[in-house]
Amino acid sequence: MYQNFAEVKKALSSGVSVLEIVETYLSKINENSDLNAFLEVFEETVKQQALEVDKKIKAGNAGRLAGMVIGLKDNLCYKGHKVSASSQILQNFESLYTGTAVQRLLDEDAVIIGRLNCDEFAMGSSNENSAFGPVKNPINKNLVPGGSSGGSAAAVCAGLCTAALGSDTGGSIRQPASFTGTFGLKPTYGRISRHGLIAYASSFDQIGPFTNSIEDSALLLEIMAGCDAYDSTATSRSVEKYTSFEKPEKLKIAVLQESLETEGVDSEVVSKMNEIIEKLKKEGHTVENVSFPYLEYMVPTYYVLTTAEASSNLSRFDGVHYGYRSSEAVGVEATYINSRSEGFGPEVQRRIMAGTFVLSNEFYDAYYTKGQKVRRVLRDKTDEIYKNFDLMILPTTPSTAFQINAVKDPIQMYLQDIFTVHANLTGNPAISLPLGKHSSGLPFGIQVMANHFKEKDLFNFSSYLIEIA
Amino acid sequence: MNPEIRDKYEVVIGLEVHAQMLTKTKAYSNDINEFGAVPNTNVSIVSLGHPGTLPKMNKKTIEYAIKLGVACGCEIARDQYFARKNYFYPDLPKGYQITQDKTPICTGGAVIIKTEDGQEKSIGITRIHMEEDAGKSIHDVDVFDTLVDLNRAGVPLVEIVSEPDIRSSQEAYNYVSEIRKLVRYLDICDGNMEEGSLRCDANVSVNLKGAKEFGTKVEVKNMNSIRNVQRAIEFEIIRQIEAIEKGEILTQETRSFDALKGITISMRTKEAANDYRYFPEPDLQPLFVDQKQIDAIKSEMPALPRDLFLKYTQKLGLSEYDATILTDSKSIALFYEKLISFTKNYKGAANWLMGDIKSYLNQNGIEIENFPITPDKIADLIALLDANKVSSTVASQKIFPELIHHPEKNPLQIAEELNVLQDSNEDSIKGYILEVIEKNPSEAERYRNGEKQLVGFFMGQLMKISQGKADPKASNELMREMLSSTSSDNSTSSYN
Repeated sequence: MYQNFAEVKKALSSGVSVLEIVETYLSKINENSDLNAFLEVFEETVKQQALEVDKKIKAGNAGRLAGMVIGLKDNLCYKGHKVSASSQILQNFESLYTGTAVQRLLDEDAVIIGRLNCDEFAMGSSNENSAFGPVKNPINKNLVPGGSSGGSAAAVCAGLCTAALGSDTGGSIRQPASFTGTFGLKPTYGRISRHGLIAYASSFDQIGPFTNSIEDSALLLEIMAGCDAYDSTATSRSVEKYTSFEKPEKLKIAVLQESLETEGVDSEVVSKMNEIIEKLKKEGHTVENVSFPYLEYMVPTYYVLTTAEASSNLSRFDGVHYGYRSSEAVGVEATYINSRSEGFGPEVQRRIMAGTFVLSNEFYDAYYTKGQKVRRVLRDKTDEIYKNFDLMILPTTPSTAFQINAVKDPIQMYLQDIFTVHANLTGNPAISLPLGKHSSGLPFGIQVMANHFKEKDLFNFSSYLIEIA
Repeated sequence: MNPEIRDKYEVVIGLEVHAQMLTKTKAYSNDINEFGAVPNTNVSIVSLGHPGTLPKMNKKTIEYAIKLGVACGCEIARDQYFARKNYFYPDLPKGYQITQDKTPICTGGAVIIKTEDGQEKSIGITRIHMEEDAGKSIHDVDVFDTLVDLNRAGVPLVEIVSEPDIRSSQEAYNYVSEIRKLVRYLDICDGNMEEGSLRCDANVSVNLKGAKEFGTKVEVKNMNSIRNVQRAIEFEIIRQIEAIEKGEILTQETRSFDALKGITISMRTKEAANDYRYFPEPDLQPLFVDQKQIDAIKSEMPALPRDLFLKYTQKLGLSEYDATILTDSKSIALFYEKLISFTKNYKGAANWLMGDIKSYLNQNGIEIENFPITPDKIADLIALLDANKVSSTVASQKIFPELIHHPEKNPLQIAEELNVLQDSNEDSIKGYILEVIEKNPSEAERYRNGEKQLVGFFMGQLMKISQGKADPKASNELMREMLSSTSSDNSTSSYN
């Protein structure tokens, strides 16, 4: 059982082979198949890869991730392997290429063990929207693991792989990390190339890692980050050495007052926040409450803008060129209507409809334009906070993981994202740290946000906070 | 149509011209951009719209669009924003086209055309923007299915939208011809309407003269030659006037031109029009164009047809007709430019180019780029003519053909080899004339007695004994003079 890369490395140095490590994970996946975390295990290719990495280790030229076994959220493209975004419409679709982030992991000799269940097209907060069934939370199998990267969170939590990749559009990495007691990072928008990530909302989406240690999170970011010829939104800013944690100097930390006062936040989440604030103060840091009275606008703005982009991004799944085509497809219009009605699940259809509506000629200004303006204001106001503060802390989620089938109203489900959409609306980096332990025994995350491209600060502080909290 | 009825109406036309840019690769991918490849071979995961792929801007397209904007005197936008135009069509794999919506790269500016009565007229440019082409749906190859070729998907386009300044189908013809000439001079598009690399949609309306508002606008599509643009518009003008005269109300619609029947057919009405749901393209960062870049493009601009036209008519003294023909094609104009760097005889140079050289090109079906003789040799030939060293007949019928076969030789050398150098030395011509007169005393007598037409006979004889080398112009004059003043018994000595 290898929970993190340090344990893998220890095993390697004691003579265990990568193939043996992979086999351990494979049997573990088998034992936990009821979690429904893996949609597919790449048994053939992962063993082949493991053998090659073992050779490299012997030859002394293995990469930095030799021995690391990684699972991919089912919206990341890996050449010659299926990728479906957990949707019927892409069932049996095989990618012709490997995305940049995944390629960079392969280049450092990570092995890819399989693809992980998620909400269809990353739309959801409970992993109940997958066309291939819900994922169960390894901590309590009656509970959801969160979403949309629920399979990734569950797999890392249960030790089915060393780390997993997810994608975060409104909290899809951080919320499931909170529900499963794992580390979940959403980097700054543009820090990791999106080439090879099946788009949900292009100006929000970021790839990020799930890990069981802060070191692994930093290492994976360090390897995946950086500019990319295939993605013009990936920044050319240099990649810092996130893995060399430095103890932070005296910091100024902002606490968003509204996040502790909002109705529906579990009191134990609030008290954990307060406990952390006190500890930081005791350590000599300045921690101040900051009023940020925009919380109620965030989720609506997020849904207006992401559904608009999604309605366009998902147009390519039309039953014409690849993917699912309805057997009732006769003529162009019937091909579109039937293939899309049968291929997309209800939540995806709801968001496509909403997005088409907000972009329609008649309602464009009332919704899309207004949404853009609010986003601008949020970004400006957030930038103002970072003029005076180094970091921001807030809960990741209002509560712990909920029961499968418990939340039926889509609006209630959307409110799961209340503390996470902020970082996506403004592009800031944010991480969920597994610091909370509820009296029910369930974990919950504490979220740290930093200024744009200040991942280095984020990691320095996170590693420090884990020690003192 | 009764011209009186037609004359009651004013015609208002605006044109949208799409020009495929001659970039090596497509607008947002590294696929090869070429016409005529095997269907669906110039494609990649990007142009096929595969999941997870993103566009990557081909910056050449910005350069090309700026060139066109500079040539039309447009304002060039500094920040390039892109937008998505959403619609479903089987030849559009992404379900949207990347284009520019509210912020086109060029605005304002104009194109100068000629009206029917030869006057110059400025046609305003509303905007020029960049976008990507869709693939091609082929409906007439397979009996049962529509076939899709995605080689064209993602090919960069500039769309040039004119103001509604065009007032006749002939002006429309002249405008598209001018645009085509411009894009060819700028080397940004091959301007081939048959292959679809230049396409034109026309917005046509008619209204009673003096009316305060334009009539109902009809969009006409699918015209695959400039001539068909004119035909389609002409048909549409008459159709609209007839409808109005009959008291019908025109509907705002899109019509397609059927070139075989020469008519337009309704495709869709405005109610059925798409809502394209434009919004900013989130996958492309805005691109900044700085003044330096614009200046660099300006400094590398080739001479434009209008500049050359003005130079030829105003500075070189050519006729408008000559200037029009010379500037009609860029390669001809370039050849002429080279030619006049070697000779100051501009008219002579123009005549050679439009005469002997063009007919050689036409006869052999080749372009000027493949013409074997270099401009400096043509200039040498013109110099021989100007110095009266050869006759124009000899130049065009003897030296020019020889030069084509031996472009490495120079005209003087050829004239010498062929022994066709003209003798314009007065003394030697006089010698020939005397000889002719002496040999034909009775004809000389008849000439003096009034049969002046005999000069032709004497000239023929002169050419014979001089082997065609006597300069005919000079000889003719001397011949008349000597025939008139000599008598058969006069001694030749007075002329020596």
